[in-house]
Amino acid sequence: METSFLIEKGILILVIWGITMLIALYSTFGERVVAAYFQDRRGPNRAGPGGLLQPLADGVKMFTKEDFIPNTPNKWLFIFGPALFMTTALLTSSVLPWGDKLNIFGYEVSLFVADINVAILFILGVISIGVYGIMIGGWASNNKFALLGAVRASSQMISYEVAMGLSIIALLMLSGTLSVREIAAQQGGDFLGISGMKWNIFYQPLGFLIFLVCAFAETNRTPFDLPECEAELIGGYHTEYSSMKLGFFLFAEYISMFISSAIIATLYFGGYNYPGVNWVADHIGPNIATILGVVVLFAKIIFFIFFYMWVRWTLPRFRYDQLMNLGWKILIPLAIANIIITGTAILLLN
Amino acid sequence: MENSVVGYVPILMQFVFAAGFVGATILISHFIGPHRSSKTKDANFECGIEIHGNARLPFSVKYFLVAILFVLFDVEVIFLYPWAVNFREMGMDGMLKMILFMGMLLIGLYYIIKKKALEWE
Repeated sequence: METSFLIEKGILILVIWGITMLIALYSTFGERVVAAYFQDRRGPNRAGPGGLLQPLADGVKMFTKEDFIPNTPNKWLFIFGPALFMTTALLTSSVLPWGDKLNIFGYEVSLFVADINVAILFILGVISIGVYGIMIGGWASNNKFALLGAVRASSQMISYEVAMGLSIIALLMLSGTLSVREIAAQQGGDFLGISGMKWNIFYQPLGFLIFLVCAFAETNRTPFDLPECEAELIGGYHTEYSSMKLGFFLFAEYISMFISSAIIATLYFGGYNYPGVNWVADHIGPNIATILGVVVLFAKIIFFIFFYMWVRWTLPRFRYDQLMNLGWKILIPLAIANIIITGTAILLLN
Repeated sequence: MENSVVGYVPILMQFVFAAGFVGATILISHFIGPHRSSKTKDANFECGIEIHGNARLPFSVKYFLVAILFVLFDVEVIFLYPWAVNFREMGMDGMLKMILFMGMLLIGLYYIIKKKALEWE
């Protein structure tokens, strides 16, 4: 292994971490602004021009608050819970492709951290470990509300994980690979004569819908935010948390929102591909085409983050039995039907 | 595609970096913030009333059932992954066998729904 390889990946990790933090930070601001406009008011506009420094002010506040540990026999687990949740949220970005190859002075840089051939399994595995963060944190709080929130969160997340795994299978039948980079590259093909438009959404509309619903449930966003249902559970699993540990729980939610938007954009909406990608590469230059691809990918991601907020202020929260019915009795049979339809269609068309 | 162990080294790097960042942040915020504790303040939050009993109380067995069902179904989903990746090579033969497998999965699902294992009130 060469040093240049390690340096290249190290820089990429730092850049992706920076972008993740920036987007998550401004999602908290965006959430409040979007919410405000949906409710016909202005939202935060005092800190900095147009309220742009609000997330920094919030961060500083979180940092300087008292790091409170309640009377619990599991002090280490109480700290370990949010730390695990945040670490797993930061880990998924390592297998996602952020762009095609970039040629810098004859040195070729691939815009992904790790191209492993089990990337999809890695993503599902890391998401499952995230459940432990909530469960450990909620249980170690030694609080009934936190325990209820944690139990709700884990049973909700594992229920929707089954449907999520099944909805991806239909996609894998099309692509024939578990590597996210290859799935993204395949979508650069022609669709109806337009290059870079062979997006999986055109082949997997039902699979996309199931995946989207499951992504909402996995990130604990409304209408699936029962774990922190304030009217019943105070704050759910993070009732007892304060300072940066509370910050991690809240912040990791925004990071997973960003990551799941990136996964949706990469798996179903062509990733870094856009219509006419070959034309740009031939006429203007491959580097420009790659950079444009990264911009397009982030535009798609930001659209989906906005979509998360849009849904939050449109749909009310589910009841618990409705949540479980949707996951087990509707989404799982629907995902299996989708697999059979996809399989039959592939076999008939070949 | 990189199949060797080298492909996983960047993931390890990212893990070390993420864990280091998280640990450092918790540590710094622990030293920056004030610390004042008292018996009442450290008590667990229960809407301001006196603590009632232990928080380690048994919760509804339904959650345990969901967890057990998740393990069963997730293992079966894992079996589908290698099949999905090799779907084109296996063709009609593989498809028919998997329809049988998924049919059994659905019968199992029908059974647990009829047994009211997923009934919440």
